[in-house]
Amino acid sequence: MTEPIRQLTAVAAPLIRSNVDTDAIIPSREITSVSKTGLKTGLFAGWRYTTIGGREPDPSFVLNQPQYANTQILLGGENFGCGSSREHAVWALHEFGIRAIVAPSFAPIFFGNCVRNGIVPIRIDADIIQLLASHISADPQRHRITVDVDTLTVVAGERMHFPFKLDTETRDMLRNGLDAIDLTLVYRAAIDAFLSCDRAERPWIYRLPERA
Amino acid sequence: MSALTLFEKLWASHLVHELDESTALIAIDRVFLHERTGSVALKSLAESGRSVIDPGRVFCTMDHIVDTQRGRGDDTQLPGGKHFITETRAAARAAGITLFDVPDPRQGIVHVISPELGIVLPGTTVVCPDSHTCTQGAVGAFAWGIGSTDAEHALATGTLRVRKPKTMRVRLEGTLAPSATSKDLAIALIAKYGSVGGNGYAVEFAGPVVQQLDMEARLTLCNMVTEFSAVTGFIAPDETTFAYLRGRPYSPRDQDWELAIQHWRQLRSDEGAIFDRELSIDVTSLTPMVTWGTSPQHAVPISACVPSVSESGASPEAYQRALTYMALEPGMPLRELEIGAAFIGSCTNSRLTDLRRAAAVLRGRRVASGVRAICVPGSMSVKRAAESEGIDQIFSEAGFEWRESGCSMCFFAGGERFGEKQRVISSTNRNFESRQGPQTRTHIASPETVAASAVLGRITSITDLPKLKIGQ
Repeated sequence: MTEPIRQLTAVAAPLIRSNVDTDAIIPSREITSVSKTGLKTGLFAGWRYTTIGGREPDPSFVLNQPQYANTQILLGGENFGCGSSREHAVWALHEFGIRAIVAPSFAPIFFGNCVRNGIVPIRIDADIIQLLASHISADPQRHRITVDVDTLTVVAGERMHFPFKLDTETRDMLRNGLDAIDLTLVYRAAIDAFLSCDRAERPWIYRLPERA
Repeated sequence: MSALTLFEKLWASHLVHELDESTALIAIDRVFLHERTGSVALKSLAESGRSVIDPGRVFCTMDHIVDTQRGRGDDTQLPGGKHFITETRAAARAAGITLFDVPDPRQGIVHVISPELGIVLPGTTVVCPDSHTCTQGAVGAFAWGIGSTDAEHALATGTLRVRKPKTMRVRLEGTLAPSATSKDLAIALIAKYGSVGGNGYAVEFAGPVVQQLDMEARLTLCNMVTEFSAVTGFIAPDETTFAYLRGRPYSPRDQDWELAIQHWRQLRSDEGAIFDRELSIDVTSLTPMVTWGTSPQHAVPISACVPSVSESGASPEAYQRALTYMALEPGMPLRELEIGAAFIGSCTNSRLTDLRRAAAVLRGRRVASGVRAICVPGSMSVKRAAESEGIDQIFSEAGFEWRESGCSMCFFAGGERFGEKQRVISSTNRNFESRQGPQTRTHIASPETVAASAVLGRITSITDLPKLKIGQ
């Protein structure tokens, strides 16, 4: 169960680099226990701190700058979240407070991980993201951006309304904060029916050697 | 009935229920886990009071942070890493799944041991919380990487909610030169079409070149489709596939094998099937490739120079950032770059044929002084097979460390690392910033290129190596 997200108006920060990978979002060295929590201090550790393993903020990194305090929306570049499948990247972003990411394209696994954890992944053309970035840059704390999952729009100021797309299922998951396993178990009869057909069709899938 | 692509056949044969216009509930035949991201899925599942629906079809290995030094146990070089090992072991036992534990002779990197043991089979759906699961598509499976939450879903329900990917066929035409490998093919594809070129696609590799690749070369090719931003990559099964899988420990036997083969022979894209995108690449002029920057798309032939910004295809910001990180200037010949370390291993290139080809380069030669060279076989089975051929001797005599199997230094997890700003030639798949160690500068290439570069102490291809004198 994740928290539902329908509409969000928040500070947005630009991190418009292509191929921001999950090693950059959370370096493997920052994942020190079998846990989904305790990850936010490791978020962007390689960029956010002045030294490797240190905790002194690097003032040149966008999320360390006071005008971007309380950022909940990231503006990204293409292929955002590429690399390792580690869901820790999304858990770290969520724990830090990020609830939406706007980028021209996402790596497929990262996209799915966002949806499973209540972060809205929004695909929008790069030139629109530049417009959004220039809109917020004058005063990020006042020039907030609105992400509306009900109407599938990103709103900036009075005049900028940009539509985006989400599959019905993805949108419902985000809006209702649904648990995917619970939803799937509703189809238990269909799963059982599939399995009994498939066992007859492809018995070798289910008849594994006892000890190989 | 209309002509179908292989992907559409794989999809249809696992379709349990359509959830919306593009998402469906898909049956999962095999789940693989490892200690780094599988552990948290097992733990979360247990905490939720749910259980693994069919433990007989779930497998787990210790590969990501397990130590690769001789005499290893549960201790890892990563501080706190031991917890991942012990917690995974306890959770795997409690769940009743099959674990290839640290001392198990079958232990190895998930994408090496799954095909090696016959766990992935043609026509199967295979998921693992690991981005390189696409590797396993090489046997004709729909295999893809997922997050830990989805892994938990697959464990609990035997299904996943999957958005149907678009289909792409990449036809590889012409003839592959003897010096060029499937690794070079994968790098060249990403260099040409970009690291986002396959975004959201299920990529089928086809054509005469693919048919001639052996199974291990096919695994290497499919391995790097995640660096192409694809959902998965796969190759229609053929006689090469069947010969590879026959007699593997988990492959079907006897009557089941005969049944399976009949089924597998239908797993091909029909004549006239329509793909969302088709690419055709003539590979005849392909020469060994190497990356120069910090994305797999930043790659050129080894004989080339560091490209200009316009040649690079990267944005000016990304280009400059990559050059600065890698300490390069436009126009520098790649062949003049001195290296401090060489690494052969990873789910991309650590199989027996990879090690054989690298050993052929190293036989009678020595690693240049000052170069740290490491070889980590992809599985204990690969290691034993290599040792029975004397390959370990060749590596050791050349000056390579010869390790136990695991992911090892493909990525830095807080333990072993390459040096800060050290230039490394590596048979792995990712040259991201700090991937192999803080500020480490990674150049990706084939295993034979890594071996040749280790010998000369600078980036080089096998064709540039001085010939050995007779008697050497």
